[in-house]
Amino acid sequence: MNLLDIVLFLPAIGFIIGLLLPRENTSLIRNFTIAFSLLVFVVSLGLIPNVLDNPGGSSFVTDRVWIEYPAIRYHVALDGLSLWLVILSTLLTPICVLISWKYIQKQTKGFYAFLLLLEFGVIGVFVSLDLFLFYVFWEVSLVPMYFLIGIWGHEKRIYAAVKFFLYTLTGSLLMLAAIIWLYNKSGTFDLLLLTDMIQKGRLALTSGESFWLFLAFFFAFAIKVPLFPLHTWLPDAHGEAPTAGSVMLASVMLKMGTYAIIRVCLPLFPNAAREAAPYIITLAIIGIIYGALVAMVQPNMKRLVAYSSVSHLGFVILGIFTFTQTGMDGAVYQMLSHGVSTGALFILVGYLYERRHSLEIADFGGVSTPAPWLSTVFVITTLASVGLPLLNNFVGEFLVLQAAMQVNILYAAFAAVGVILSSVYMLWMVQRTFFGETPDEVKRHVFDMTGREWAAMVPLLILMVWMGIGTQSFLPPIRANNVKTLEMVQPPAAAINAQAAPVKAVVEVRDAN
Amino acid sequence: MPINFVPTAADLLRLSPDILLTVGGALMMIIEPLTGPSKKSRLGYIAAFLIACAIALSVAAYSNPGTSFSGMLVVDGFSTFFRLIVYGCGLLTVLMSIDYFNRERGDESGEYYALIVFSLVGQSLMASANELVLIFIGLEISSISGYIMAGYIRDDKRNNEAALKYFLLGSFATAFMLYGVAWIYGLTGSTNLDAVRRAILGGAQDQIGSMLIIATILIFVGFAFKISAAPFHIWAPDVYQGAPAPVAGFLSAGPKAAAFAMLIRVACSAFYPLSDQWEPLFWATALATMVIGNFAALRQSNIKRMLAYSSIAHAGYILVAVTAQSETGIAAVMFYLAAYTLMTMGVFAAVTLVASKGERYVEIEDFAGLMQRQPLIAGVLTVFLFSLIGIPLTGGFFAKFYVFKSALDANLIWLTILGLLNSAVAAFYYLRVLVVMFMKPAPAGLETMAAPGIAIKVTLLVSAIGTVYLGVYPSAVLDFAGKAAQIVR
Repeated sequence: MNLLDIVLFLPAIGFIIGLLLPRENTSLIRNFTIAFSLLVFVVSLGLIPNVLDNPGGSSFVTDRVWIEYPAIRYHVALDGLSLWLVILSTLLTPICVLISWKYIQKQTKGFYAFLLLLEFGVIGVFVSLDLFLFYVFWEVSLVPMYFLIGIWGHEKRIYAAVKFFLYTLTGSLLMLAAIIWLYNKSGTFDLLLLTDMIQKGRLALTSGESFWLFLAFFFAFAIKVPLFPLHTWLPDAHGEAPTAGSVMLASVMLKMGTYAIIRVCLPLFPNAAREAAPYIITLAIIGIIYGALVAMVQPNMKRLVAYSSVSHLGFVILGIFTFTQTGMDGAVYQMLSHGVSTGALFILVGYLYERRHSLEIADFGGVSTPAPWLSTVFVITTLASVGLPLLNNFVGEFLVLQAAMQVNILYAAFAAVGVILSSVYMLWMVQRTFFGETPDEVKRHVFDMTGREWAAMVPLLILMVWMGIGTQSFLPPIRANNVKTLEMVQPPAAAINAQAAPVKAVVEVRDAN
Repeated sequence: MPINFVPTAADLLRLSPDILLTVGGALMMIIEPLTGPSKKSRLGYIAAFLIACAIALSVAAYSNPGTSFSGMLVVDGFSTFFRLIVYGCGLLTVLMSIDYFNRERGDESGEYYALIVFSLVGQSLMASANELVLIFIGLEISSISGYIMAGYIRDDKRNNEAALKYFLLGSFATAFMLYGVAWIYGLTGSTNLDAVRRAILGGAQDQIGSMLIIATILIFVGFAFKISAAPFHIWAPDVYQGAPAPVAGFLSAGPKAAAFAMLIRVACSAFYPLSDQWEPLFWATALATMVIGNFAALRQSNIKRMLAYSSIAHAGYILVAVTAQSETGIAAVMFYLAAYTLMTMGVFAAVTLVASKGERYVEIEDFAGLMQRQPLIAGVLTVFLFSLIGIPLTGGFFAKFYVFKSALDANLIWLTILGLLNSAVAAFYYLRVLVVMFMKPAPAGLETMAAPGIAIKVTLLVSAIGTVYLGVYPSAVLDFAGKAAQIVR
């Protein structure tokens, strides 16, 4: 039992204790959950030093038998790729408790219990190195989110919850078939072992086989990301979820998809991934532009932010499938940045909803007069989201665009359109909401941020700036891990020589400049 | 061949659970009129005790496995596993029935418990018979008790309809089976499974090939009816809807498990030489059963009817593993039935409670706001429903996992993919119950539910704990199933 096991299982314990609390005593439930989730966060900070010391390898490894036959192991570990995602999850859970403090009035006990169960599920996904275990956590994280949307969401919540559940389940069942197929071929579910077997050629998959397996995995992950055209569940789920649900969904659960692509798809099926890359990149770029265009015409703030996620996640996919160091670094950085800034946007939209009980942009206007601080924070977050230099999203988008440029100038050109569009829809929304005439309704209902609301936002604001300026605090472990992944994805030696030349030329040209 | 007609001690030990239940059930019939009014539920506890003893005896019988009564009966891991499943199912049914009949008939129903016990004798014989005629006898004992149980509340129209339908269609199907057995006897000169297998292997196949196929198809029709496989599933929704809720639960688990036991035993021992011919038949039946069950369940508004179609769909998943015709496939079937029995009994116990007196609340909409009204029932029902969907950390997940793993092992790729997509469809109708339970408010003016009695609470908790146990630590049961599956051939 090491620190990682503790961080993983604490939320599950919290879930069980939470269920045993008396359901009338709302304040006890809230206090317990905030204290407990803060505890998990503090403990999880202890994970950082070890991983930073050993960024390319696995830390906190536990590898035990769970079920003897078929050989399913409880194999968890942390490395440079998963570290920040785990920390992001543990950070956002207490924040979600804070923002739900007043907002969640009915069935509080269930709400906070599900929040902790969700934390358990997502951390589990990020640390599992056994495909079976990974699948288990993947499904476990689905259940609490289904309830969060379905019970505490807005009007069309039931439709949205069921749609979300069925979409994800369909994808993951195909993944299950692929996992079983791999097991029947190799006799193990262990991801590292499988990777090793494939890299060394001990597990020979025909190209047809590895193509279908890649597709089965990728389909499950692409639904989660979501990649165009599999994104249709996302606006509904986001639009209808309670604020905390939207935050966890956008900041953490979407990352499960992109994380899994890097963790599972690339090392296991490098050839298939390389062959599919142009098509996937095309879909990603369509997603970037399509998401931005649809966001522009959304009358509903939450759906606007939701479509902006489709656009931002397109960048992540684009970065991954450039198969370059810069592109992958940018993609992972963008995952984290999107988690922070879009999470913050959903929180702020939630604040506005709590005041005005509406999400329609048309119902707002001139909010900056009654609530100057709220507006300031919103503008900062918006600027972070549209990729202003010195704020977090700029780093990821810049790296991804740079990598796209190296691969194909057209990719970069089209993706850059997405960046421009993102400032159009975000700033236009800010303008319509916060500036101009202040309607009476807004004057009457909208007030400035309270202490509790500040407490939820401050950590995210700090992170936006820190991640924008202090890139070096976060990037090294990510980079070390990407180096490893890239080695596995690279084509065999002969092909490298053929491809290395133009890349080198680019570097030389840059150096000359 | 000299045959000793005096059974040996080992023979008696191997049959002892059935002897105990037969004698015990007969005694209960005698005691019943002597028991004073409104004390009849004591018979329920006696039945529970008898079944518990039978469980102990079948474990004891397993200490000395082998055939008995001139090879008519076989006690091995396989039959013991299924004995335990049907007895366990019977025990849970008795426990939830005590509450039910106290509520519906004011504690005036003693014979019912004897009928359950008799039905278990039949199912246990089905699971352990090594002989086509004995299989038939077991099937009839189980079915006839089942017909009466389905119509037990005889002044209720729905009960009458259920019993009549079950009886008519059931006798029709068993007639088919008996006809098939007769053909087999004519073709091979024996009804003993081992002898039939030897006859088929012994070159007779070429001369009697096509007739043998017809005979096996006739027998298969009988089995397909009992496991409610398409297209012989038509009876199930009407019977489940009409029968008392605990009986519906019993019928969807116990006889089904026993029928699968005999289907596997027959297909994998006597007719194993014909497995090539069986495979397409199983393949098509499995797919049709899954598709029909799931898509029909989508449209149901009555929860008992929905569960009936869901049980048809589950029979389809199990048939996927049967199609694999491998040891892992058989082990998967065994595990599936264990998990399925637990979750089905649990769901029907919850339905029994929510239905209230006269079974007035059996629409899915009637579960509205259950989380607010009865958090405990809603909580365990959630576990069962997630298990039926196949979400990890429940028994239903590992059951599906093993089934589809064995199918992929046998290279049944398309059947696996179609089966998995089917279970995504299934998620939709189970989610509807969850949606109603958690996300819709209780209708105004609803009378408060009676507090659940101890016995039915035990049913709920045992099923829930069992379901979660199989979902977290499936090794123990699976290991046993894996070993037992090797003995079959």
